[in-house]
Amino acid sequence: MIRVALPAHLRALAHVEGEVSLRVTGPVTQRSVLDALEARYPVLRGTIRDHATRRRRAFVRFFACEQDLSHESPDTPLPHAVAIGVEPYLVVGAMAGG
Amino acid sequence: MSRVRVLVGTRKGAFVLTSDGQRQHWDVRGPHFGGWEIYHITGSPADPARLYASQSTGWFGQLIQRSDDGGVTWQPVGNEFSYDGVPGTHQWYDGSPHPWEFARVWHLEPSLTDPDTVLAGVEDAALFRTVDGGHTWQELSGLRDHDSGSSWQPGAGGMCLHTIVQHPTDAGRIFVAISAAGVFRTDDAAKTWRPVNRGLRSEQIPDPTAEVGHCVHRLAMHPSRPNALFMQKHWDVMRTDDAGESWQEISGDLPTDFGFVIDVHAHEPDTIYVIPITSDSEHYPPEGRLRVYRSRTGGHHWEPLTSGLPQRDCYVNVLRDAMAVDSLDPCGVYFGTTGGQVYASADAGNTWATIVRDLPSVLSVQAQTLP
Repeated sequence: MIRVALPAHLRALAHVEGEVSLRVTGPVTQRSVLDALEARYPVLRGTIRDHATRRRRAFVRFFACEQDLSHESPDTPLPHAVAIGVEPYLVVGAMAGG
Repeated sequence: MSRVRVLVGTRKGAFVLTSDGQRQHWDVRGPHFGGWEIYHITGSPADPARLYASQSTGWFGQLIQRSDDGGVTWQPVGNEFSYDGVPGTHQWYDGSPHPWEFARVWHLEPSLTDPDTVLAGVEDAALFRTVDGGHTWQELSGLRDHDSGSSWQPGAGGMCLHTIVQHPTDAGRIFVAISAAGVFRTDDAAKTWRPVNRGLRSEQIPDPTAEVGHCVHRLAMHPSRPNALFMQKHWDVMRTDDAGESWQEISGDLPTDFGFVIDVHAHEPDTIYVIPITSDSEHYPPEGRLRVYRSRTGGHHWEPLTSGLPQRDCYVNVLRDAMAVDSLDPCGVYFGTTGGQVYASADAGNTWATIVRDLPSVLSVQAQTLP
């Protein structure tokens, strides 16, 4: 199972507490994980990626294994530790000052 | 006895305020959607239990929330706002072409007769409609397809369609206002539109009397007189009596004619309210005194209403969607400030009191009169 950690606003929208566990078939990539996340929680469609382009929203970041994956291709395989559920895939709201 | 529900959208959530017909004691519920910007929350005239809210943040985009029980419980509905066809471009601040990009829903205007039908005014300026209670939204692209569309430019707050006024009996006629393009009217249920800005004068644009390009802040209409509209423009308070074919200035003896809100008394179509703001560079009341101005003559002659409002050291703003009236007798008038106060008058503006005074910055106020 893939572990996904969501920011507080999105956990509230999806009515989940803590991490989400997802089953992903095929290659474990950012695209396949987010597709599975949105399939499980349709309310999250449009909040992480643009509806039409599927591009990451500008102030959302993707981290895993202490790496920033935000600018990686959505089809690049995620780190093995994420794929086997040892490490979570983090969806993060970008920091804002003030 | 009738009741009143006041719906308040703020920078950090929505609040539902309720009172009986006396409007002296209020129950405050919220925040709903805490931490999210609620540009607008409103109710259906056809079913007061049906509410809609525009919920957004810069991080996670747009959601539309719907309540079927007067704001006790909510469910997210559709949030996909895709421009019709190839969106094309409008002008950017520097005059260059800029692709139309959806940013947020500024204003929701439910149908007068069908709770499932709602118009949405969005940034970048366009008009959308749902006919299934918010699950799906389609652009009414005739507006953006107007010949002038590619020349529209954003105001300082973005290029937003912020005001929608429906004719009370002619479903084909709708007015919208866009910052900074002006007022547009359709007479064929949004298929085609034309600008109705004759008489407006804006010194901030190269041609002060241009057909398009005016920064209209807000429109208001009394349903008994649908050809008469009142306008708070960037500067100037204006009036038309021929459905926008021509506008006349009615600023009269106001201390300043800059402001954002304008509204009409529920039972007196020539009684109107504005809240003067010092200037386009000083968004607070003149002299630090928060005054509502009322005209009982449809403009020109205005009286300050100050009882219960702070008359010193007050430097809040009142944004364009943040004033409303109820339809009780006497008419109730409400407004919210960027300082988080919501003021109510149960006597048509003669006296005021705060319903609540420490909310997040208020973006919108809507009043529902309930049986």
